[in-house]
Amino acid sequence: MIEIFRFISGALILIGAFLSLVAAFGVIRLPDVYTRNHAASKSATLGVMSILLGTFVHFFMEQDHFNSRIILGIVFIFITSPVAGHLISRAAYNSGVKLWEKSVQDDLEEAVWRRNNRVRQRDN
Amino acid sequence: MKTNDIILQTVTKITVFIIILFSIHLFFAGHYYPGGGFVGGLMTSGAIVLLLLAFDMKTVANVLPIDYKHLIGIGLFFAIGTGLGGLIFDAPFLTHAFTDVNLPLLGETSLHTAVLFDTGVFLVVIGVTMTIIQTIGEDE
Repeated sequence: MIEIFRFISGALILIGAFLSLVAAFGVIRLPDVYTRNHAASKSATLGVMSILLGTFVHFFMEQDHFNSRIILGIVFIFITSPVAGHLISRAAYNSGVKLWEKSVQDDLEEAVWRRNNRVRQRDN
Repeated sequence: MKTNDIILQTVTKITVFIIILFSIHLFFAGHYYPGGGFVGGLMTSGAIVLLLLAFDMKTVANVLPIDYKHLIGIGLFFAIGTGLGGLIFDAPFLTHAFTDVNLPLLGETSLHTAVLFDTGVFLVVIGVTMTIIQTIGEDE
């Protein structure tokens, strides 16, 4: 039983480290802010969460220590990290950072243009 | 341009409670584990700063009607009061006492006057950090 859980916690930590590495490669390789942010916020979130879960399983099985702070950390990262990604992306879009030149679709630009038109008509 | 902060505000409403619970945990764990008044106070003021980021200053002042400069004074009073408590019982300044009490609801609890001193540190840290941040933040 202990051996199985040793294997599970090791596998979780390795998966988490691999996902964090993938996130780092994504940040280096991808072309613009939005795709980089997509790589960093998703992959790194899942990576850190699996590392924490592996640590939790390790300490629970090896030392019989239920560390509720790790659970709280997993929940906290799961809530906050995507919101941080969303806010960074939105700040980039609002300050006029261009999309990658091969992008084909920008629904937000159309929505912003229509909203600005509406505001202009109301003011006139 | 009217900004739409609903995601940030909703997440702030949830996470502020987690942060404040964790800071209270850090504060009370300080005697036996890493933590204490300084980190607890910093983390509580971090939660208030998160509220200030998500909402504007007037809203936060309505939710928490605290003058943080008074909080510094109350904290220093706590610290000096626990120090003077030793003098009453014919002991040197800042002598702390420790006893085991059987409280009705909490059971066997060990109470130490160092917690009162730590409460002073907690309040002073919240007061100082929030005073600094609010005086820099308001520019009227």
